[in-house]
Amino acid sequence: MILFHAVFTVAQTEIKRMKRFFGFVLKEFRHIFRDPRTLAILFGLPMVMIILFGYVVSNDIKDIRLAVVDPSRDAVTRQITDKILSSGYFISAGYLEQEKDIEQAFQGDRARLVLLFGSDFEEKLMREKKADVRLVVDAADANSAQLAVNYAEGIIRSWLREQAGEVKLPVQIEAIPRMMYNQELRGVYMFVPGLMALILMLISALMTSVTITREKEFGTMEPLLASPLKPREIIMGKVTPYVFLSFINAITIITLGILVFGVPLRGSVILLLAESMLYITLALSLGVFISSLARSQQIAMVISMVGLMLPTILLSGFIFPIDNMPEILQAFSTIMPARWFIVIVKNIMLKGTGLAFVWKETLILLAMTLFFIIAAVRKFKTRLE
Amino acid sequence: MRILLTLLKKEFKQIFRNRMMLPVIFVIPVVQMILLVYAASLEMKNIDLVVVDHDLSQTSRRLTASFEGSDFYTLKGNTQHDEAAENLMIRDRADIIIRFKHGFEEDLVNEGNADIQLIINAINATEAGLIQGNTQQIIRKFNQDIRTEWSGIQHAGQAQWRMIPSFWFNPLLDYKIYMFSGILVILVTLIGMFLTALNLVREKELGTAEQINVTPVRKYQFLVSKLLPFWIIALFELAFGLVLGRILFDLPIRGSLPLLFGFASVYLLAVLGIGLFFSTFSQTQQQLMFVAFFFMITFILMSGVFTPAESMPEWAQKINIINPMAYFMRVNRMILLKGSGFQDISREFYSLCLFAVVMLTLAINNYRKTS
Repeated sequence: MILFHAVFTVAQTEIKRMKRFFGFVLKEFRHIFRDPRTLAILFGLPMVMIILFGYVVSNDIKDIRLAVVDPSRDAVTRQITDKILSSGYFISAGYLEQEKDIEQAFQGDRARLVLLFGSDFEEKLMREKKADVRLVVDAADANSAQLAVNYAEGIIRSWLREQAGEVKLPVQIEAIPRMMYNQELRGVYMFVPGLMALILMLISALMTSVTITREKEFGTMEPLLASPLKPREIIMGKVTPYVFLSFINAITIITLGILVFGVPLRGSVILLLAESMLYITLALSLGVFISSLARSQQIAMVISMVGLMLPTILLSGFIFPIDNMPEILQAFSTIMPARWFIVIVKNIMLKGTGLAFVWKETLILLAMTLFFIIAAVRKFKTRLE
Repeated sequence: MRILLTLLKKEFKQIFRNRMMLPVIFVIPVVQMILLVYAASLEMKNIDLVVVDHDLSQTSRRLTASFEGSDFYTLKGNTQHDEAAENLMIRDRADIIIRFKHGFEEDLVNEGNADIQLIINAINATEAGLIQGNTQQIIRKFNQDIRTEWSGIQHAGQAQWRMIPSFWFNPLLDYKIYMFSGILVILVTLIGMFLTALNLVREKELGTAEQINVTPVRKYQFLVSKLLPFWIIALFELAFGLVLGRILFDLPIRGSLPLLFGFASVYLLAVLGIGLFFSTFSQTQQQLMFVAFFFMITFILMSGVFTPAESMPEWAQKINIINPMAYFMRVNRMILLKGSGFQDISREFYSLCLFAVVMLTLAINNYRKTS
């Protein structure tokens, strides 16, 4: 009987506590939903970003402005010019009178590539069997300059092959490429994992750190701490709404990637969602940790933006391959949670591998989560005393 | 005028009293510049290669050796098992697998041609394209070598074509200065826009804006006093960044500096105007941060900082008409890297002037002294 009574009281206090906790969570939800603008951005951001990355931010180049310096204007030079312009990569920026005009055309951004033929081009070709085509390119942007030259050279080379007819070359190794995991070479394949890492980090870490610091800055944290709610419950309550928001966003990004851009989901959905959940937890605990360091919202924002957002974009292999970075940055990238999460998502979605291939990354994320939770809790406790 | 001066004095005092301010102005730029410029490289430096050689012939070994001899490739394995190689690719240890089938050399000798297979990890499409280009180039060179070696003579009667590229403004194809000039624009914009906007909203949130609202200070005076300090700070940041770039990356400054700063001052008026405008309809710093962040990231991605803006789809280029960052991104690079003059950038200049006037008017009209 006494035992029963004890259990009953414990249960009753538990229920009371649960009710208190849910009340608190509800309050936090209301805080967020009261502000439709922020909410719209929270949900709109992933959509806008995925569309931007899918359609706008692409390293392919097209519509390169091509100008031509062609004093001879004979059949051959015209054919080559037409061939290049009809390829789809280039658009005509007209003829330039002389070589001297190139600098001006580049400075005014009117042309990016200039095709330079010598005088009496066709005649020389016939007489001396020699032809020099010069490709002058505005290389301020080294990458697209290199690509533009490659394309133009390739087009001229294939035109030459056409002209030569079906002359079979005597010894020829033919390389047949096969693009694994991404046959059509679509940039968006890389961006879906990257965007997930970025947006989840943004919403989870940034939002929580700012919300909690806000309460501190305005002194409303003190009454909360004095309430019967335990510090752990306060933190949990603050964090719970963002778990939901982040999770919905993760699903939005995955769905948009699949439906709009045809990104495959070759592995297990459940594993993908579970890993996302892990990453969200990590980001949230990071947010709580930041809030324990920062005294004002502005500081929290600066830490989150500069310390998290930019490195997440740049050091995670999201846009720029990690292998190409200097050693120090490569080492630095290993402490970016996003780096590991991106590997996991890539593996599950694009390669279709299971936990057997990503357990190491998963363990790293788990360890990071634990670290931040412990660090945050310790910080939080000392504040109470 | 006296009122404005007093307000400005107040702002400057507050800004420099804030201990966060100096790190934000000096440390963040340095960190950003160094980190981001080195990280943001699309240059191919290291390609991990795995060879699956079912042929084990002299030619297959020789071709493998010519990959090893290239600076770009690191041979991560040479096996006779397809599965082992594919496993390496799944684990991201291999970027490309080159597969020689059995009888490769025989085909080449007897029939004059033979296939090899290139299996490329294409999750990062750009990287895959570059790897393929590089690899094909080496194979092409190899073909030429063995062709002249085996048949002795060049194809007679064929004209000799040469294509001679010359890379202007940047003969070494250094990507860093291009990246740097882009990141400088982002930095100046970020600092200017966020600081201005946050500053005003903070006063609103803390209620101190109300105290000024009840004084005879006029709206425009108040807003100008909020704008001017950060305008100066942002211009200073630009100068600071240029000095950094000069020291760290040998940034060329080919055009006229007064022109650059003239353009930047108009640009900053437009951008800070946007910041002020955002802050007039935000109540809390959190709200503001989200709105500003949203526009900022959209501006940045569309500005052409990483990828050429003229290759974007048409609708994106239309949107870029109202993206001030796209203008400055172009102009900054044109002036710094190519030495463009005023006539080259006049259109952008006048567009931004208009933009600045519109944004500032909107901000002043939208600010309410009474809530």
